[in-house]
Amino acid sequence: MMKPLLLRARGERNSRSLTTYLRFGGYGAVKKALIMDARDVIKEIKASGLRGRSGAGVPTGLKWGCVPKASGKPKYLICNADESEPGTFKDREIIRVDPHLLLEGMIIAAYAIDAHKAYIYIRGEFFHEAQMLEHAIGEAYRKKYLGKNILRTGFDLDIYVHRGAGAQICSEETALIESIEGRRGQPRLKPPFPAMAGLFGCPTIVNNVETLACLPHILENGADWFASIGTQESTGTKLFSVSGHVESPGVYEVPLGTTFREIIEDHCGGIPNGRELKAFIPGGSSAPVLTAAEIDTPACFDAVAKAGSTLGSGGLIVMDETVDMVWVLENLLEFYAHESCGQCTPCREGSAWALNILRRIRCNQGCPEDLETLCRIADFACRGMTICPLGDAFCEPIRSFLDRFGGEFRAAVTSGNPPRVVKAPILPTRRDQSMFAKPGTESC
Amino acid sequence: MSQDQTPPLTVASHDEVKEIHFDGEMEDRIKNILGRYSETQAALLPVLWACQERWGWISAGIMEAIAERLALSPAFVESVVTFYTMFRSRPPGRFHLQVCTTLSCRLCGAGPVIDELKRTLGIDFGETTPDGRFTLSDVKCLGVCGEGPVIQINDDYYTRLNTEELGRLLDEFK
Ligand code: FES
Repeated sequence: MMKPLLLRARGERNSRSLTTYLRFGGYGAVKKALIMDARDVIKEIKASGLRGRSGAGVPTGLKWGCVPKASGKPKYLICNADESEPGTFKDREIIRVDPHLLLEGMIIAAYAIDAHKAYIYIRGEFFHEAQMLEHAIGEAYRKKYLGKNILRTGFDLDIYVHRGAGAQICSEETALIESIEGRRGQPRLKPPFPAMAGLFGCPTIVNNVETLACLPHILENGADWFASIGTQESTGTKLFSVSGHVESPGVYEVPLGTTFREIIEDHCGGIPNGRELKAFIPGGSSAPVLTAAEIDTPACFDAVAKAGSTLGSGGLIVMDETVDMVWVLENLLEFYAHESCGQCTPCREGSAWALNILRRIRCNQGCPEDLETLCRIADFACRGMTICPLGDAFCEPIRSFLDRFGGEFRAAVTSGNPPRVVKAPILPTRRDQSMFAKPGTESC
Repeated sequence: MSQDQTPPLTVASHDEVKEIHFDGEMEDRIKNILGRYSETQAALLPVLWACQERWGWISAGIMEAIAERLALSPAFVESVVTFYTMFRSRPPGRFHLQVCTTLSCRLCGAGPVIDELKRTLGIDFGETTPDGRFTLSDVKCLGVCGEGPVIQINDDYYTRLNTEELGRLLDEFK
């Protein structure tokens, strides 16, 4: 098993303190980077093949390269720590174990794109984690790793923590920017992309915590070394947050390309109570579900895409044979219906409508046409019908659940109950609470 | 505000709009916050947090005071407060219990914990116990799915709960 990189300090005493970090050779990469030309830093990151760890898997170097050199405007770096996709809890682990690693990564990224102000947008619920970051930032300022004239290289950088307040949508980068600007977290139409016009209308790069935490390692050990880990198109290690039906859930760091079987069976100790695996969601709740037959898929961007899902954030949700897939889909839709920001009709109405149907099915009042309606909603509300990817995020589960576990759904709508008399689909409104009435039995 | 005027804010229109003035300490905090951003409006979320920390919730009066201080309209401030679920526009109980009802936690047995919680407290989601001690809310994924079932009580997470653990936990807060 490979030695962890991002979580190397896990289990150390006082792992969060600057002293421990320096003992691991911390801030060595910054010393290296700040005397390099910024363009060479970007080149190095491009060569390493590092891809964004937040979901889309965009090459980090490529993203940075989009920042216009001479716009005359200040540039901003934002660290996205608004980890809120169900099943994902890796960024929190990095912050709890090694906040200085994140700060060092931010200094490198800021230097590369020539930003002098950076914000860490952290979800509101992570109150203690925000304090840990504040503390680490304080330490870094005192030792001159932040502030004016960092390590006497003439480079200035200020980092501020900005707390969100409970809106999952703010993990979408333009919603996040809106939120920092003091507005409702409603995503913006793209283009312009944040790299051109983001925070306060200025060029802005938004990178995920895990992405930034990779940077010091790359600078320290070289792009080739990093590229040698993982697979050809998915380099480096990746944190997987494993939850659900496994012996020991938690955050695991493995090289990309490790199979899901290894992660689930070797690292997490397999399925408890001698049960069988039924299904798993490989990349956070919005990734299409995969079945037990696909457990030998390597966990890297391309292989998972080929299997019909996405690696997303690496939030692995494992379900054993006892799980009712209709119930799971209902639960996921509850989340999306709740978190839709309300801007785009297909997402706002579609998610609530689909949820309404699922609730009906679970109350044994479904009819075969309901499945057809679900498919139509899933086909309608995605792929460019909405401003942000949240539209796709609720459609993908619907489509994949119906695809892979269609039998269960068909059984649920034809389970011998008297057929419903009125079955014309009614569009629910978000204000209409009765549409959201919960089914009588509510436990799992 | 005079009696015959309609209260300007819809959320808190049932509550009296009490005039709030920021004292020196609060002013200092606001100034400090403003220093971090190049636009005043960006201070809104941090200032709301500061107020919620101080008063426990965001009343109509607070919204007005913030609006005035940051040169925004009260309606705009309200629109932001109501968008974010963590800002409370109603006074909560002393202990705000927020339980995660999302998939991973449910797979690990959040269902029975939730039922037990409602039963012992005698309230449903969105309600406060008559003695004003506990407010119960359901929330979506709290970002610690590997340690479910989880409850957030005020600022702290309590993880890996089951029904017995829960009983012990609630006793601590009694
Ligand atoms: S599902 Fe409960 S914390 Fe994520």
